[in-house]
Amino acid sequence: MSGTYLGMPAFPRAAATATRDTRLRANLTHATRTIRDKRAKAVAELDDWAELRAAGAAVKDRTLRHLDHYLEQLEAAVTAAGGQVHWALDADEANRIVTRLVRETGETEVVKVKSMATQEIGLNEALARAGIRAYETDLAELIVQLGHDRPSHILVPAIHRNRAEIRDIFRREMASWGRPAPEGLTDSPAELAEAARLHLREKFLSAKVGISGANFMVAETGTLVVVESEGNGRMCLTLPETLISVVGIEKVVPEWQDLEIFLQLLPRSSTAERMNPYTSTWTGTTDGDGPQTFHLVLLDNGRTDTLADTVGRQALRCIRCSACLNVCPVYERAGGHAYGSPYPGPIGAILTPQLRGLAGPLEESLPYASSLCGACYEVCPVAIDIPEVLVHLRERVVQGGPVTLGGTRTVLQPAKGHAAERAAMRAAGWAFDHPGALRTGMRLAARTRRLHPRRLPGPGRVWSRTRDLPEVPAESFRDWWQRTRGTSSGRGTWAEPGTSSEPGTSSEQRGDAK
Amino acid sequence: MRVALFVTCINDMLHPRTGQAVVALLERLGVEVGFPTEQSCCGQPQFNTGYRHAAEPLMRRFDRAFQDYEYVVTPSASCAAMVRDNYPRIGAKAAAERRGRGLVDAAAVAVPKMYELTEFLVDVLKVEDVGASFPHTVTYHPTCHGLRVLGLGDRPRRLLEHVEGLELRELPGAEECCGFGGTFAVKNPAVSAAMGADKVRHILSTGAEVVCAVDNSCLLHIGGTLSRRGAPVRPVHIAEILASTEGSVR
Repeated sequence: MSGTYLGMPAFPRAAATATRDTRLRANLTHATRTIRDKRAKAVAELDDWAELRAAGAAVKDRTLRHLDHYLEQLEAAVTAAGGQVHWALDADEANRIVTRLVRETGETEVVKVKSMATQEIGLNEALARAGIRAYETDLAELIVQLGHDRPSHILVPAIHRNRAEIRDIFRREMASWGRPAPEGLTDSPAELAEAARLHLREKFLSAKVGISGANFMVAETGTLVVVESEGNGRMCLTLPETLISVVGIEKVVPEWQDLEIFLQLLPRSSTAERMNPYTSTWTGTTDGDGPQTFHLVLLDNGRTDTLADTVGRQALRCIRCSACLNVCPVYERAGGHAYGSPYPGPIGAILTPQLRGLAGPLEESLPYASSLCGACYEVCPVAIDIPEVLVHLRERVVQGGPVTLGGTRTVLQPAKGHAAERAAMRAAGWAFDHPGALRTGMRLAARTRRLHPRRLPGPGRVWSRTRDLPEVPAESFRDWWQRTRGTSSGRGTWAEPGTSSEPGTSSEQRGDAK
Repeated sequence: MRVALFVTCINDMLHPRTGQAVVALLERLGVEVGFPTEQSCCGQPQFNTGYRHAAEPLMRRFDRAFQDYEYVVTPSASCAAMVRDNYPRIGAKAAAERRGRGLVDAAAVAVPKMYELTEFLVDVLKVEDVGASFPHTVTYHPTCHGLRVLGLGDRPRRLLEHVEGLELRELPGAEECCGFGGTFAVKNPAVSAAMGADKVRHILSTGAEVVCAVDNSCLLHIGGTLSRRGAPVRPVHIAEILASTEGSVR
């Protein structure tokens, strides 16, 4: 599965393919359940989790409301500390800026810290087109890159792969990217990790340019923060001569002290760790220590449009912990690739359509990629009400409405292909608002119940492919009430459950329950 | 105490026995139950599929139908959740669209009187032993809206534990969605079916004769999946168990 995210089939089709892949489902089920259980334990250890969560949401909301102010403060602080700030409106502009900056160093190879922002803009592909090779140094990203694959999880990009697959990828591909895999490599975790370590160490020591994202940017000090588990990030952030960081504008927090909240919320939610293993912070440049040139590329790419939507903007609180993916029953069955972007799972289902502006069949299908079970909202460390945003975006899809695109307020037309559904909803709405007509319809359905098939043709087929339809009872509740109670009559009758194979047949035939 | 039954459209059409059970149960507990016939659907299918405007007249109808009642009791956690969680949202959005505050007021009236059945029993009537008898092995599926939106907690379980003769079996992966999700079952049939299959596998692993829940829409999906497999487990709404006096020795 190589290639870009564009042109992905709409979610239901991609998900249907994924649910048939038994190995993928086994890999995903095992991995998400393990991490889900560990997270629940780590969170339960803190008795002030609810307060921390509320505080995280509040800091993010306040910052987003005054984003212009904090970004200007950040720019001033980064510049004062010796860094250079670049503003990128969209993916193309960000890619052009980074490509130019790398070219100016004269280098053709860069090492990368795992970064969602650079995934989002397709930086590696853009660099490749300019003749620059970007080496991913995060173990899972390395597996994905060597496998000519795409990430399928925010935190564990290679979650869809098992150890045997990883061994095969290392054996087959490592040589063409640098140091080959050791002879006789097995699928033991220690051997796989050692093979990656040897392969990557050569890159760390030879690279002159590092590219990263950041988990947080502190406006008051101009400090960037990367939170990682393997230490590869710290190597990339300190060894090269030039460091280029591409960061979404929503990652800013006002003060250093705000990190206190997020450095508790993030590791427990994502890796179920009490404290994050490697937290690196850097502020501009320092003579004789670390990169001597530092560039910060501030990425918009749909974020200010998202910010303009008062319901949808809460998606920008996201700290990319991936707890919502791990708990989502839809993600667990569909896998990450079905979501068609580096942001899979529930957060991807609300973030991608907003960043890209409900632009095509995939984006229109994503708000429906949820049963609205609410598990994602429950685990979200910054309390993003994902079900609320999903329903809000569904409304945008079927009814249209005001949106901001490219900074301009515009009215979105309803998506095509929902005409039949719209008509059905209208008809149902009319019927439900005219109980007399509804009752006539229900009586007709009851009278013809012997003729109802248990498997349906046409649009109902998708339901009856795997499920039997219920039988329509002979009498609706409403008619039973009318018959037994009339206007003010006495007690009705009720049959015990299971006393008949035909629920709902007229109850007077089988006596009073009491 | 003026109590109205909000039977919900699915129960009215497809599960009248659940409504009958609620009436029998509440009357057994000394509650006089009314059924305002102008009631209809809560608007959940429309709202959750993105047709918010289509839900608005139903919200007004709800308000009209139940205006004379102090309590509205429903055997559907998801419909109760629709009223409690989404009516205020719909009202606020209508007001933001400068269409007046009528729906804000309607929501403000509807929300405090809306009770899911088990909530009403435990919180308002303050009973856990409703005098039921149901000599069967039962497993309980806590539906998503009951669990996460309403926060029913262990109320349904406490009620079931007091039912004479009932043996409650633990359901593995209980808190996981069954995969129904209203129109989700039609829009994402493969994922919905996969979730349903896993739920049914867990239900079968308990060896229970009956699977019960606080919402017939979930049971419709679970029961349809069980039936297709020819599994002998019966889906039964919790109201029907709590109303049951089967084989009572009391």
